[in-house]
Amino acid sequence: MEQKNDNEYLVLKDLTKIFSDGRGNEVTAVDNISLTIKKGDFVTLLGPSGCGKTTTLRMVAGFELQTYGDITLDNKLINNVAPFDRNMPMVFQSYALFPHLTIFENIAYGLKIRKLSKEVIKNDVAMVSQMVNLVGLENRYPGELSGGQQQRVALARALVLKPEIILFDEPLSNLDAKLRIQTRTEIKRVQQMMGITALYVTHDQSEALSMSDQIVIMNRGEIAQVGSPEEIYNNPNSSFVADFIGNANFIDAKVSEIGSKSITVTVQGNSFEVKKTDEEFSEGEEVALAIKPEAVDISLEPTGFTGKLDVSSFLGSITEYKIEFENSFIIAIHSNTAGQTVKHFKMGEEVYVDFKKEFFRIYKK
Amino acid sequence: MANNKLKRRLNKNSFHQLTSDPALFIGVILILASLVLFIVYPLYAAAKLSLSDDGVFSLSQYQYIFTHSYYSKSIMNSVMLGAIVATLATFVGFVFAFAIAKGGIKGQKFFQPMAILPIISPPFMFALSVILLFGRNGLITAKLLHMDTSGVYGLKGLVIVQVITMYPIAYMTLVGILQAIDPDLETCAMNLGAKRIKTFFTVTLPLALPGIFASWLLVFVGSLTDFGNPIIIGGEFDVLSVRAYLEFTGMGNLPRGAALAMLLLVPTVGVFFIQKYIIKNKAYVTITGKSSRRGSSSVTGVAKIGLFIFTLGVSLFVIMFYVTIISGSFIKLWSVDWSFTLRHFVYAWDVGFTTLKNTLILATISTPITAVLGMIIAFIVVRKSFAGKQILDFLSMLSYAIPGTAVGIGYILAFNKAPFKLSGTAFILIAVYVFRNVPIGVQGGIAALKQISGDIEESSTNLGASTAYTFRKITLPLVRPAFFAGATFAFVRSMTAISAIIFLVSARWNHLTVLILAQTEIMRLGAASVLSFALIVVVMAFIFIIMKLTGLKQSQIFGTTK
Repeated sequence: MEQKNDNEYLVLKDLTKIFSDGRGNEVTAVDNISLTIKKGDFVTLLGPSGCGKTTTLRMVAGFELQTYGDITLDNKLINNVAPFDRNMPMVFQSYALFPHLTIFENIAYGLKIRKLSKEVIKNDVAMVSQMVNLVGLENRYPGELSGGQQQRVALARALVLKPEIILFDEPLSNLDAKLRIQTRTEIKRVQQMMGITALYVTHDQSEALSMSDQIVIMNRGEIAQVGSPEEIYNNPNSSFVADFIGNANFIDAKVSEIGSKSITVTVQGNSFEVKKTDEEFSEGEEVALAIKPEAVDISLEPTGFTGKLDVSSFLGSITEYKIEFENSFIIAIHSNTAGQTVKHFKMGEEVYVDFKKEFFRIYKK
Repeated sequence: MANNKLKRRLNKNSFHQLTSDPALFIGVILILASLVLFIVYPLYAAAKLSLSDDGVFSLSQYQYIFTHSYYSKSIMNSVMLGAIVATLATFVGFVFAFAIAKGGIKGQKFFQPMAILPIISPPFMFALSVILLFGRNGLITAKLLHMDTSGVYGLKGLVIVQVITMYPIAYMTLVGILQAIDPDLETCAMNLGAKRIKTFFTVTLPLALPGIFASWLLVFVGSLTDFGNPIIIGGEFDVLSVRAYLEFTGMGNLPRGAALAMLLLVPTVGVFFIQKYIIKNKAYVTITGKSSRRGSSSVTGVAKIGLFIFTLGVSLFVIMFYVTIISGSFIKLWSVDWSFTLRHFVYAWDVGFTTLKNTLILATISTPITAVLGMIIAFIVVRKSFAGKQILDFLSMLSYAIPGTAVGIGYILAFNKAPFKLSGTAFILIAVYVFRNVPIGVQGGIAALKQISGDIEESSTNLGASTAYTFRKITLPLVRPAFFAGATFAFVRSMTAISAIIFLVSARWNHLTVLILAQTEIMRLGAASVLSFALIVVVMAFIFIIMKLTGLKQSQIFGTTK
């Protein structure tokens, strides 16, 4: 008898998906990924389009048969379980509501298949409608609802089955910015309230950062990094992750000395130390230094580095400066404190740039 | 990683669909076999006969046709008629479509049905009307204008009746395209300083051009393959379809008749390919898909009045023809004795009741078969993937491109001897109805299924529904309008068919249209009017019943299928 282990609730092992067009052309969409998801966690697959995140989700749901590898749910191998027997409701990007059924019938669809009594169906639908704020719309058809309401129906249709795990395929990408923020809080609240494990696919980093317990960053069919939002944001393990999650600035530098805990690099003739990472560097090597926009300071007082202001954009709570630096551009972000005037620079003006050097991370070029 | 092992794994995945689904496999084989037997084989039989001389391959029939002006004239005539009718009918159809889609004219409820009404008429009803109105004893020519003329027989009369019969084809092709042109584009052009008329010529018209081209070709082919109108009103003006019929049945010159029918095939198949592979891709480029608002102000007030008068004029003209047929049914002897009578009804009942009953029986049998077969083929083409799928798609659409005359001749040649001895039976007529009309069902089904995103079916599966449950509860209800639209068209076309049917009717199984033709030829115009009237009533009643039973609107039935 195998022990149930909540730390290993959904396990993907060596999962690979190769698509073939039947004419000998093969595309590896997902390349040998392994992932362990804890029960009750909100896990996000994050990455640019074509990174394999949706294919991974579709393999979990059973819509794609993996070429290699195993999927285990609650210690049971589900490779050969038909998609309609997996009990993992999915919220689709297009919502995929049934246009010929009312909202009530849409939400009740899965319950009817499970042959529940009319009474139970009615109660459950009412409860979920309440929860996602759809009361009063039960007799409408999907075409008569706004995008946000349709999205909530799609969510309700999944939640009503009281699943242990729920799948999301970019569910918010058809909503406008304001509604998106509102809805993601809503999804997170319901997920925590019901204690459901969630596997969530998105390409939106702020969605991933705000909702997830764990973020899985994917790139070209492989997992680039797994970690909590803070870990990933603060310690990206590669220039890809640093770029994708933090919009990092990249600055050319040269390694001048390698110490036991730190590496000394040179930029514009100024030398300073950065933390050592797992990657190996050699003296004299050209490297990339990544730094987040909020760790870049800009002023007219002479400091270490010089640049030329290109554009400054006042964005309300922050101001964003685009600076020409070392034949490339970097972005600096300053918070605008209430009551203080915003620093103004003229376009093309010579400015001094300073970095909070402890935030530098060094990557291979 | 061993490459062979990977190949085996991938193969296993793609084979899965056919091997795991024997019903699909058997279905595909049966459908393919029937398409080959009832579409390809008759065509082959006709082509073979036209290309042989005493059993040896020879082009002599074609040589003869092209070197004798008696025959080559009919080719010239057909092409000339087709070009004139295509141009005029496309113009009328465009004005209708523009007035309805962009002009915002008043009385849409009246004009929308008027734009498609001629579609449901018997093939030569308008020819009959024109004879009653403009013929030698015509109400207008002889009675009102006191002319003694037979000028309506020939090119003039043919152009009038074919334009009236076929402008709905142009309208249906164009209205969707005009509606799909984003009004924002027109607004934008005006915003950039173009006057409305300039906007029309620089934005609207160029974007509709692929549709205009498509419509022209469709009407051209329609005119070329039309049999009912030319045989009644063609007079001395000889056209290919009639010549092929007369040669084949009248003169008994089977190879020459077959060769003439084959010549009809050249333009129709050509247009089919242009339609399928060139225009289709072009037409979709114009759809921007963003805004769904209807434009309201793309025409000026004066233009609106002009559009209104034009569409009203055409509509009244069409209504006049219907009124003529109906009154013709009640008038003792047209143009001679105008007194009211019911004797045509009595006579028509005597000669026509059995035929009407049989026509109705055969149409009623073939309609559901056509609709179901069409939907199954569409489902397989859209949702399944296997080798040879393209062949299925192509064959099922091909019969659209074969002129009725060629089908009729092909069926006679193919099915008059063992192992497929069918001539004279009801079965051969049902086969003609089914396989002539199945492309309509397939096309409608494909369009409907493509609109249902795969997500919706997947979502049903994901919520726990089996494939069968999903098909029953999700797919079928969603394609229902397309299904009944296909069925309605199949029924209407079965009831009003003539060009292929006329070769295949027998004493036991006659067809109402053939009977009307016979009555017209012996100048029993009263009886012909009554029978046409009856045919229209049956067709309208069927459409009415379908609309009542299914709760579908007229626009749903006539909007989804072309």
